[in-house]
Amino acid sequence: MGQTPFVMQLLDSLAALLLLLSFAMLAQRRIATLVELFALQGGVLCAATLLLAWRTGDDNLLLSAALTLSVKVLALPWLLRRMIRRLGVYWDTDPLLNIPGTMLVGVLIVVFSFGLAQPISALASTATRSAIGIAVAVILLAFLTMITRRKAMSQVIGFLSMENGLFFGAMSATYGMPMVVELGVALDVLVAMLVLGVFFFQIREQFDSLDLDRLESHQGGR
Amino acid sequence: MDLLALLVTPLAGAFVLAWIGAGRRAPEVNAAFSLATFAAACALAWHVATGGDATFANDQFFIDPFNAFLVALTAFVGLTTSLFSRPYMRIEAEDHRVTPGGLRLYHAMYQLFIGTMLLALTTNNLGLMWVAMEAATLSTVLLVALYRTPAALEAGWKYFILCGVGIAQALFGTILLYIAAERVLGAQGVGALLWTHLDAVKGELEPRVLSIAFVFLLVGYGTKTGLVPLHNWLPDAHAEGPTPISAVLSGLLLNVAIYAVVRCKVLVEGSLHSAWPGRMLMGFGLVSVTVASFSLWRQRDIKRLFAFSSIEHMGLVAFAFGMGGPVANFAALLHMTVHSLTKSAIFFAAGHAAQKSGSQSIERIRGLATVSPTVGWGLMIGALAILGVPPFGVFASEFLILTTAMRDHPWATPILLLSFAVAFAAIFSRVQSMVFGDTTLRRLPHSPALLPVFVHLGLVLMLGLFIPPFLATWYGAAARLIGGGG
Repeated sequence: MGQTPFVMQLLDSLAALLLLLSFAMLAQRRIATLVELFALQGGVLCAATLLLAWRTGDDNLLLSAALTLSVKVLALPWLLRRMIRRLGVYWDTDPLLNIPGTMLVGVLIVVFSFGLAQPISALASTATRSAIGIAVAVILLAFLTMITRRKAMSQVIGFLSMENGLFFGAMSATYGMPMVVELGVALDVLVAMLVLGVFFFQIREQFDSLDLDRLESHQGGR
Repeated sequence: MDLLALLVTPLAGAFVLAWIGAGRRAPEVNAAFSLATFAAACALAWHVATGGDATFANDQFFIDPFNAFLVALTAFVGLTTSLFSRPYMRIEAEDHRVTPGGLRLYHAMYQLFIGTMLLALTTNNLGLMWVAMEAATLSTVLLVALYRTPAALEAGWKYFILCGVGIAQALFGTILLYIAAERVLGAQGVGALLWTHLDAVKGELEPRVLSIAFVFLLVGYGTKTGLVPLHNWLPDAHAEGPTPISAVLSGLLLNVAIYAVVRCKVLVEGSLHSAWPGRMLMGFGLVSVTVASFSLWRQRDIKRLFAFSSIEHMGLVAFAFGMGGPVANFAALLHMTVHSLTKSAIFFAAGHAAQKSGSQSIERIRGLATVSPTVGWGLMIGALAILGVPPFGVFASEFLILTTAMRDHPWATPILLLSFAVAFAAIFSRVQSMVFGDTTLRRLPHSPALLPVFVHLGLVLMLGLFIPPFLATWYGAAARLIGGGG
């Protein structure tokens, strides 16, 4: 390792912050707060990208940071807040697994992620080796958030947070994917949110609720 | 040029139909755009057949025997489905199951869906392929939920969230691939995600990273292929959406998804110098074939029945690609073609049958052959073809797969044979009860478009008896390209 430059230490701290935010999302039952946490995660991601851009002088990373800022910090949280207000979903019902239990599983996931990331980190050309383990952990924690929640809205936020983890992984390991891919992915995510917005209203029209347990009851019997 | 036309036509169609998609002539406009797309696909296929492989736009797009036939197939089934959907959607609109707004959405998204699949097939960039696959999901989510019944909304939600999570795994796999590729092709390497470039250096890619990447890619694109145990969304999405969408989901999207898996498998096997990616594919495939064929017995909905049959056949294709080697690959490619033609024909017939009875319940569909011989016999012949009765093409491909399995992996043969037998009994008994017997079915206000059904079945029959030389050359070249086995 030798001495780690200050910028890289800062980057590691941002990565740690990202992980911390994932845990906070795992524990949070108030949906409005979940959105703020997601926006904050986007902000950290944006800061990390900017830092890397400054260090490497790579213009693509600047563009990527701008993309993160506009989509993940501004557009998506704005859409989500609007949806929450219009749909009136503020709290998630009890998660499938209680919160301390979920946290314990989360810790195990982090250990597993670092194990999984070992061979990849060894290969990555960049100096941010611990970051890949963190990226995998963020992805899997978001996945855990999705499967333990009952409200469609919390599941969607989990899904978006997974996308954050993916972007962080790509950025820290390779200084970002090719621009055309990043643009495409961002476009997909935006369209997904718009589609979901329409979809949520349709669901509510039918069920008077966004509680997925009601949806499940229509399974089978056909 | 052909390629540009191929990709731009559906996009233009989507824009135009977003304006006039609810109009009286919209179904014809939809069919016209599909016809134009098919013409472009034919031109492109001709280009490959005469001039060989080609890349376009700085290697961002490419065409080789493997994707050329899939492009032609996709555009062809896109065209016939749009012809089928003309009377079908008119009847749905007159039955007030679809609003004019819904119809507009349907037509625009239909074109967009075909366009995204063609993009996924022709792009050389694995990242762009991912983007196109995700876009294909997004363009159909609202169509699956088009009828807005509780069951349809549930199906749409499941489709979105399961495929969304699945495909997020595939994105991670793609990122890992990029990390490994960057080492070989240079930092910020132009083309570090371009398949042709990766294929050229696949032996130098770091094997450990690629093996992790493959697990993610297989789970991701495998979800879209409907491999058990990732198949949960598929029967719901096929059963609840409008029938033309069931036909293109089953006939085309599943093909594109397995195409993505196989493209990745080629790279990973080349890097690992071992056959375990193929073994994984075989395992998933075999489980899918078995589980799906036994699940057929529990189905009471005609479209769900054939949705499970799609899972079974995709499992078989995955199994064959997993075995690898020229013969198994050839059989898998043939099977992809005949399955997509047969299954969409079956969905066309099943859709009209459901309209006649006003229900998709198998119990309530009776005596199709008496009230409408063409629909009845179309369903019967389609079912026999998909069950692998000779002389249809499905028989030829299943026979090739079975004999290869017998030679290379004898233990798998009894499992496959048992599953085929179970599937045969399940589907045949149900279809027979629907086609024959007394009837209470109504006449339809618009005469159903059954030409596509018989054109498809005719082609399947032809492929069972004789494969045109140019197609055999493509299959052979693609099979060598995919490699594996040994």
